[in-house]
Amino acid sequence: MAEFQPKIVAFVCNWCTYAGADLTGTSRIKYAPEVRMIRLPCTGRIDFMLLIQAFGQGADGVIVSGCHPGDCHYTAGNFHARRRWIVFRRLLDFLGIDLRRVHFAWVSAAEGAKWAELVNDVADQIRKLGPYQAFPKRLERRSESVGAG
Amino acid sequence: MQQLHSKARQLLESGAVKVVIGYARGSDPQRARPCFVRRPDQADQLIWDDRCQQNLATYLLKPEVKSLGKPAVVVGLPGLRTILQYAAENQLADQAVLALTVSDHDQVAELTTFDAIEKYLATRPSGLIPEQAEELARLARLPPEQRWAFWSAELARCVKCYACRAACPLCYCARCIVEVNQPQWIPVASDPLGNLEWNIVRAMHLAGRCVDCGSCAQACPENIRIDLLNRVLAQEVEAQFGARPGLSVRKDYALATFRPDDKEDFIR
Amino acid sequence: MTESAILQKRSLAELFSRLIAAGHRLLAPVRRDQQVGFEPVSSPQEVATDWVQTTRPAKSVVFPRYEEILRYRFAGKDVEVEEPRPSAPSTVLFGVRPCDAASFAVLKAVFTWDSPDVYFEPKLAATTIIGLSCTKADPYCFCTSVGGGPGDTRGSDILLTPLDDERYLAEILTERGRMIAELAPGLFTPADAVSKERVLAQVPARFNGQDLAARLGRLFDRTEIWLEQSLRCLGCGACAFVCPTCSCFDIQDERDRQGGLRLRCWDSCGFSLFTLHASGHNPRSVQSERWRQRVMHKFSYQPERLGLLGCVGCGRCSRACPVDMNLAEHVQSLAEISG
Repeated sequence: MAEFQPKIVAFVCNWCTYAGADLTGTSRIKYAPEVRMIRLPCTGRIDFMLLIQAFGQGADGVIVSGCHPGDCHYTAGNFHARRRWIVFRRLLDFLGIDLRRVHFAWVSAAEGAKWAELVNDVADQIRKLGPYQAFPKRLERRSESVGAG
Repeated sequence: MQQLHSKARQLLESGAVKVVIGYARGSDPQRARPCFVRRPDQADQLIWDDRCQQNLATYLLKPEVKSLGKPAVVVGLPGLRTILQYAAENQLADQAVLALTVSDHDQVAELTTFDAIEKYLATRPSGLIPEQAEELARLARLPPEQRWAFWSAELARCVKCYACRAACPLCYCARCIVEVNQPQWIPVASDPLGNLEWNIVRAMHLAGRCVDCGSCAQACPENIRIDLLNRVLAQEVEAQFGARPGLSVRKDYALATFRPDDKEDFIR
Repeated sequence: MTESAILQKRSLAELFSRLIAAGHRLLAPVRRDQQVGFEPVSSPQEVATDWVQTTRPAKSVVFPRYEEILRYRFAGKDVEVEEPRPSAPSTVLFGVRPCDAASFAVLKAVFTWDSPDVYFEPKLAATTIIGLSCTKADPYCFCTSVGGGPGDTRGSDILLTPLDDERYLAEILTERGRMIAELAPGLFTPADAVSKERVLAQVPARFNGQDLAARLGRLFDRTEIWLEQSLRCLGCGACAFVCPTCSCFDIQDERDRQGGLRLRCWDSCGFSLFTLHASGHNPRSVQSERWRQRVMHKFSYQPERLGLLGCVGCGRCSRACPVDMNLAEHVQSLAEISG
């Protein structure tokens, strides 16, 4: 039986984390291949619904990462993101969505090793948690289950 | 109610306002309905009691109501907070609205400026009442799987009628995100994912703006406790950032501002 | 065709198990806190008692809230299209009020207007309705104003009227009703003329919908009436979603890299962007025009085009409305104004 390969989506900012992940690669540090990176200009641009869409399309885990506070390429984008994540996390938790599957980090362009460590750790955790079956998925719908009313 | 009637009558007679937006008796003894009193002799239909739940401040932005002329509006504390939040969001000019609020012992306070409303609110208790706080705490104490089971069941009843959106005074976008179809951000179908996405968006777009009037849950034809989602975020926004929407005209939208030293414990 | 019989209330358990054993899906009103809605049941104990009307109608049995109408996959350069014809399981709806029973005719008129709707028809053909007359009404009911009544037989295959604590009068009205009764013939004892009038709820007529249909068009341009009536309307859409005869829908396409699907979903003419054109023009850009549309559609256009009123007087819209837009009250007012 094939070992479970988690699908992990990472939303990262272009200037810090994406560059940091590049460094991981050029430094030849191996890290879990199950992560798919989506590059955005800044964490400030990351709409919380993108995380929900990732889960809805079958992601088992999500990573969000950007520049350290004070180092944002656009000065304050990550400050706004931080507030948004604080509030959003509370909502997710209140709804009972598995917070162990959502990870936030600041990874700078120089932190190639940190990126690898983060990804490996998250992939490990998600592998142990298994697929996120409870989360409703897009395109699985057929008809409203006709229990009527 | 006497005071309310005479105050309304007097305001209309003097021409200080063109319409008093208030409540009248509804279709059955348990209900009240919004009414728009324009003649002094109609002032007697105004009522104010526990049946008056819908936040009437939402009519202040409705074009058909605005065209009636300067309004007075009969509101409770959430309604007053709505007016100040509208002010903070540049939706209302100062003195464009006269707020009538009935306090204990049927005293009617006439608040004609934002400043007056601010001062009045400062004298009133605010925040969640103990029953509401306990409800949130009770849910929060459940293990996550049970919380998810609770919300999955609640949200399964959602039919995406958007009554919650229409009833909420702070949902006034001319084109709501659900009405954007290039791309369709939030699916239209009322399936589990669509319902979850809509309710998450609604809660987040109101976080830091919700004035805790409960009109959303009141309006829901399925009696879903969507107000709990707004309340938990109101609680969070206050706890984390000290922000309380609608208590002042100063713009203090928690999600549009920041402090360089905002604290969190989950970012690596 | 109508046969009258007596059905003992205690026989319901037997009837239910015969229905289920015969392979029918049995749905009946079930209470959950404040809501009463149609859910699958297997015994009469599960059925709600002491209710005037369900929160949601049973229309989703024939017209679901959302429904897949086609699905496609990309296979290399080709596109494979699947047009599922969802199976329409044989369904028996138990405890349908006469107003709701009559609503299926309105839906049918819409969905078979000029061509048969292949999603709707099989479901309707597979649905049997065991109606339940009303011994109680509430201030929101107005069936008698729109050609119905608390004991009206239209739309039911069998209509049950509770005569007392122990017995129903069972009027077997259609071939399908006969087939249901024949599943448990011993339970239905033939009855002579039994009057149900004495147990039926009193629902005084507030207006005459039939007459109004001919006159309502005259009020179309009376903007001030529609404006006044709709001042408090929030345009929320709850009324359309709880209405048993509302049938407006939205077609939504959703896709990802592998393929996609097309859905038909409920919609409401009360939404502000319901009539927004691609050009940007919106012919019903204000609430009063949308309110007018709602009333005219049900009380004037549908009678004219389809030959029947588009409202069955169930009152759900008025119960659900957050601002108490009492439809019967408004329509009564229109009836008076139009003389």
